[in-house]
Amino acid sequence: MQDGQGIHFHANTRGRHFIGLATKGVAFAILLTSVAGTAFSFELPGGSDEEKGIAVATESDDRDNRFINFTASMKMILQDRHGQESSRELRVKTLEVDGDGDKSLVIFENPRDVKGTAFLTYSHKTGNDDQWLYLPALKRVKRIASNNRSGPFMGSEFAYEDISSQEIEKYTYKFLREEALDGKDCYVVERFPVNERSGYTRQIVWYDQSEFMIAKIDFYDRKDSLLKTMLYTEYEFFADDFWRPGIMAVENHQTGKSTVLEWTDYEFQVADLDTADFEKNSLKRAR
Amino acid sequence: MTLRQLAFTIALVSTLASPSSAWELTGQVAAEGRFFPQDAIAADKHDTNGSFALAPELYHDWNSGQLAVTISPFARIDQGDEERTHFDLREAFLLYSENKFEVRAGLRQTFWGVAESQHLVDILGQTDQVENPDGEDKLGQPMVELTLLPSFGTVELTLMTGFRERTYPGREGRLGKLPVGDGVYESSDEEWHLDWAARWSHYLGAFDFGLSHFQGTSREPIFGLGGTKERPVLAPYYPLIDQTGIEVQATLGGWLWKLETIRRAGFGSKGQSRTFTAAVGGFEYTLVGVGGSVFDLGLIAEIHLDDRGDSATTPFQDDLFGGARLVLNDVQSTECLAGVIVDRESGSTLSSIEANRRVGDRWRISLEYRGFINIETTDPLYGIRHDDFVQIELARFF
Repeated sequence: MQDGQGIHFHANTRGRHFIGLATKGVAFAILLTSVAGTAFSFELPGGSDEEKGIAVATESDDRDNRFINFTASMKMILQDRHGQESSRELRVKTLEVDGDGDKSLVIFENPRDVKGTAFLTYSHKTGNDDQWLYLPALKRVKRIASNNRSGPFMGSEFAYEDISSQEIEKYTYKFLREEALDGKDCYVVERFPVNERSGYTRQIVWYDQSEFMIAKIDFYDRKDSLLKTMLYTEYEFFADDFWRPGIMAVENHQTGKSTVLEWTDYEFQVADLDTADFEKNSLKRAR
Repeated sequence: MTLRQLAFTIALVSTLASPSSAWELTGQVAAEGRFFPQDAIAADKHDTNGSFALAPELYHDWNSGQLAVTISPFARIDQGDEERTHFDLREAFLLYSENKFEVRAGLRQTFWGVAESQHLVDILGQTDQVENPDGEDKLGQPMVELTLLPSFGTVELTLMTGFRERTYPGREGRLGKLPVGDGVYESSDEEWHLDWAARWSHYLGAFDFGLSHFQGTSREPIFGLGGTKERPVLAPYYPLIDQTGIEVQATLGGWLWKLETIRRAGFGSKGQSRTFTAAVGGFEYTLVGVGGSVFDLGLIAEIHLDDRGDSATTPFQDDLFGGARLVLNDVQSTECLAGVIVDRESGSTLSSIEANRRVGDRWRISLEYRGFINIETTDPLYGIRHDDFVQIELARFF
C-alpha cells in the first residue's frame, strides 16, 4: 500500500428510472418529448456508427446525472485459478462535481493490515486524475502519481481504469449492433480508450435498452486478444432515480482468475456529505 | 510512564472496550527477530535479539464522527535491551470537527513532509529511536491542535508541552553508541516549556506545498560527554530553537519531484547559538507494468545538504540517496524498497532494504536490513558501524 495507486470507485454503470426523469422538471420533459416523441424513450439516431455509439453512451451517462453523492460498502472476493479465495472490504464515498469528474474517497476496512488506508481522487474528464493516499501507520498523506491506469487494484482482476469514474470523454465510440443478452434487448457499442496508458485497445459494452444499464463488457488487451469479461447483475433501484448493480463479476480468460465485487449499503443524497469531506485534510479522519 | 500509569491505562482500555460494540478495537501483535552478523564494538552485546510488540487501537465516535476518541497504546518487550522494553501512549486524543475547523487534544502523532530518505520538516513528535534506528517511529506528543479549513488550504495551529526525551538503546543494546543520560534543557521550564507551531499547506494543480514554523525545545538533542571515566554516558542537551520549514511536491505524470528545506536557529550547545540550513530534494519516477508484467518499479534519487558541513549533527550533511521501490500488485500486496545513502565526501554508505508481504488475511511478514559500509571516523554513524542487522517481523492484525 505504501505507494499504491489511488482509485475512484464508481459502479461503472449509468441508469435512471423514467419516473425520476419525469420529476426533474417540465422543461426537460418537454425538450425530450419534442426530440424523441415521448419523454421516456430513446431512439437510435440515424447517421454513422460513431454518432450512434456516442448517442447510446451519452444517454446512459445522462440518466445518472444529479445523484449528488452516494456512499456504499464493497466486498471483493478474489479467486485464483485453483479456486483459492481472499477478500477485501472497502467503504466508498462519491461526490458528483458539476462540469468535471467526480470526487471520491475509498477507505479500507479489510484486510486488517491496511485498515484505515484511504484514497482521495479528484477525477477529471480529460488528463490525469489528482490522487492522495493516507497511510495510517505513518500518519502521512501522500500525493501519488496517477499514471497507473492499467495496473491491478489490490491484486484483483479490476484494473484502476475499470473502477475509475467513467466519463464520456474517456472513450471514442462505435455502434455495433442490437442483440438480446439473457432475454434482454441490448445496444452493443464498441469503445476505444482515449488515454494512451490504458491497458486496452477496445472494450465491447452491452447496454440494456430499457434503462441503459450496462449488462456486460468484454475487454481486449493491448494485443487485441480477449482479456476479460465483466458481468453486471442484481441491479437495484435507489433514491427513486438510480440503478446500481449489486454484483460486478470479472473473469480473466487468460489467467483463469476471477474477482466478484458485491455492493451493499447504498445510500444516495446523504445529508452533510459535501466538499469538506473530500479534502486532502479530511483523509486523516476518514472512516 | 510508571507501572501504575500503565496498569491504569490497561484498565481504562479494557473497561471501555468491553461493554459496547460501538467501540472499535483493532491493532496488531508482532514478533521480531534481529540478527547482527558482526560482533559489537563493545563487548557483552548480543548478536541475536528477540522481541514482542503489542499495538492496539481503540476508537469510538459520536454523531457520525463529529466527536471521536482514539487511544493507541504501544508496548514492547525486548530480550536484549532493557531500554527497548518500553511502553508508550502513541495516541490518546479527542477530535472535534466542524465544517470549517477541527480541534484535536491529547497525545498525538503527526507527519509533515514529502521526502523519502530523510524527514527534515517533520518536527512535532519526538523520535522513538530505540524502536528503530530509521527514526520513523514517534512517541506520543501532548498537544492541542486547531485546524482551520479556509478556501486557501489548511492551517494548523499547535500548542505543545510535556516534552518527551528521545529514546536510545541501552548499555546492552545494539545500535547505540554509549548509554544516554538524562536530558538537560535550555528552558528553565524544562519539559514543561510551551512550544508552538503553525503550518499552512495547500495544493495548486500539480503542486502540493507546506510552510511551517516551530518555536520551542528542539526534538533533536546536542550531545556532550557525561558520567564518570569508568562509565561514560552521552549527555543530551535540548536547546530552544526556531525552525522554519518548506515542503513542496510536484506530481507530473509518473514523476514526483520533492523538496524539503529547513532553517533552524538557536541550535547550539549550552551558551552557544547556531543557525543552519538543510535541505533534501529529488524525485521518484514510477515505471508502470515493467517488462509486460503487472509490477510497478519506482526509481528514487534524493540529495541531502546541510550548511554545517562536517560539524552537522546528522550523518546526512552532503549525501546522495538512490533507491528502488518494487510493487508486485499481487494478492499479498508484496512490496520492496531498497536503497543506499552515500556520503559524497567520505564514501560512508548506509544501505537498507525493507520488504513486506501479507500472509492470509490477518498476517504480515516484513524483512528489514540495514548495513553500514566504510563509515568514516567523523561520521555520526561511526559508533554503530558494526551494527548491521537483518530483522524479520511477523505481525498478526486484529
